[in-house]
Amino acid sequence: MNEILQYTVQGLAAGSFYALAALGLAVIFGVLGVVNFAHGACYMLGAVVSALLLQNFGLGFWPALVVVPLIMFVFGILLERLLVRFLVALDPLYNFLLTFGLSLVLVDLIKRQYGVSGLPYTRPEILSGQVTVGDVRLPTFQLFVFAFSLVVCVLVWLLLTKTRIGMIVRASTERPELTRALGVDVGRWVTPVFGFGIALAGLAGVLAAPFRAITADMGSNFVIILFAVVVIGGLGSVLGAVVAGFLVGLVEAFGQAYAPTFAQVVIFVVMALVILVKPSGLFGREESR
Amino acid sequence: MTSAPTTITSVAAAANHLASRRSPLRWVLLAVGLLAALSLPWLVYPPLAMDIAAWALFAIALDLLLGFTGLLSFGHAAFWGGSAYVTGLVAINVGVPFPVAILVGALFAMLLAVPIGFLSVRSSGIYFAMVTLAFAQMLYFFANQWRDVTGGENGLQGIPRNFFGIELIETDPFYFYYAGLPIVLLGMWAAWRIIHSPFGKVLVAIRDNPARASALGYDVQRYKVMAFVMSAGLAGTAGGLFSISHGFASLQELNWTTSGKVVLITVLGGIGTLWGGTIGAALVVMLEDWLATSGFEGIGIITGTVFVIVVLAFRRGIWGTVRDLKARFRSRT
Repeated sequence: MNEILQYTVQGLAAGSFYALAALGLAVIFGVLGVVNFAHGACYMLGAVVSALLLQNFGLGFWPALVVVPLIMFVFGILLERLLVRFLVALDPLYNFLLTFGLSLVLVDLIKRQYGVSGLPYTRPEILSGQVTVGDVRLPTFQLFVFAFSLVVCVLVWLLLTKTRIGMIVRASTERPELTRALGVDVGRWVTPVFGFGIALAGLAGVLAAPFRAITADMGSNFVIILFAVVVIGGLGSVLGAVVAGFLVGLVEAFGQAYAPTFAQVVIFVVMALVILVKPSGLFGREESR
Repeated sequence: MTSAPTTITSVAAAANHLASRRSPLRWVLLAVGLLAALSLPWLVYPPLAMDIAAWALFAIALDLLLGFTGLLSFGHAAFWGGSAYVTGLVAINVGVPFPVAILVGALFAMLLAVPIGFLSVRSSGIYFAMVTLAFAQMLYFFANQWRDVTGGENGLQGIPRNFFGIELIETDPFYFYYAGLPIVLLGMWAAWRIIHSPFGKVLVAIRDNPARASALGYDVQRYKVMAFVMSAGLAGTAGGLFSISHGFASLQELNWTTSGKVVLITVLGGIGTLWGGTIGAALVVMLEDWLATSGFEGIGIITGTVFVIVVLAFRRGIWGTVRDLKARFRSRT
């Protein structure tokens, strides 16, 4: 029983990174129809930038939670303006290939600059301890990551469903022509939404910085698992991305505990089952596949 | 024809359209191609020549699926790498001549492609790319964990080159190239034959208009799976040859970067041109080799940039562009 609680918290913490990044992926796909292969690289950049800010400016974890997503937002905007924009009107596969090439460049640039061994990062004092629940000791940091990302996911969801901006974004996603006819400048929202999606990947990176080894390759497997997450949740479904993100985190944690050899294979088995039963994903609409 | 193509399939369709004209030049081209293939180990370092040939076949296998069925597989490393391991294991443990080992490897790749294809063709477009990618990575994790058989991170070492009793020792990659080349050419011929068969025409029809092909009574899903399996078999042939040529199989062959590299080669050569892959393979393999030998760290910076430029500005690829120019020139005279 104690073990189960431990693995659950561990899984939810791991799932937090997937949920946040997959949310960014889903938002970008919703508005631009682009699957961003460089999302894993952006997650890695988030962590690397946090480490560099700490190393060079002494900027700690808490300010990094705000500063790094802002930096990544600007980076995302540049990316959209300079590259992605030119291919949006074409087959979405072209942007998939473009961002694939881009992620090769980003990963090897970081590798060339900072080597293959990890960058150091110190965990903030307040998060290093453990919380005792009954007779189970749970790492504070895992609880914090889960709570924080859950709050962010809920905020994004509120932003999308309850605000005027969210309404416009959703309308542009579902009926771009009609939205345009109603006098909304759809194109104006494309760039900030892309930047926002990248910022979410960056935020996942900041959260991972004190938790995982910060290397150029940290996003390489991450992005593949992320694809499995959005396939399970349903591409373009915001709720699906978050739920599947946490689900995959749990599968990973329990897999590592009870079948360590095949922990990562289990995720793809789950994906295969979902494809068999519901090809459009758990929360996907039929038309979105 | 001159308007900018918007989808991958329209690029492929344009390339096919040009190809369908029977040109008297095709015999000349065939002769030049064969001559280039035969003289390759005189021009470049022989092991590199074998690499180019293997990657060329791999790219042609992918183009069979991408250019002629309209499916972008981002998981073909599963078949290339899966066959690399099986070929290696057979060559080590059974001691059969290497073409037989490669045949077993290719059959394994086809067998593997049945379930993956069956599940993946339920989706299309970008979904298909992501699903195949994920399944390939599953195999990667599997091989990484199953150390007793695959050697884990060390890879599979010491794969022999038994050629019907003649030992083609490692010091003689020059002769090995000529032993391996017929397999590559046979694979390329098979791809060409598939495309020009009635089966190939159905694939093209499915690519251009799946709904109409389905209305005409073709089982679209089944045809897609069959194309997927055939493509996997050719990719497996190439991968098996690659592992025999190198004498080892590493996890790298199964990694998604390998899937990405073959897509780059195919797109650079020209989607839907079939033979473009040979040029793409020669360029990419030689570029990577040159970067590696000149001590440049971060090959991905260069190959990634090439990829970005090709996708942004050069979507027809080299073969496609040349054909385009030729067609324009001909319509003027």
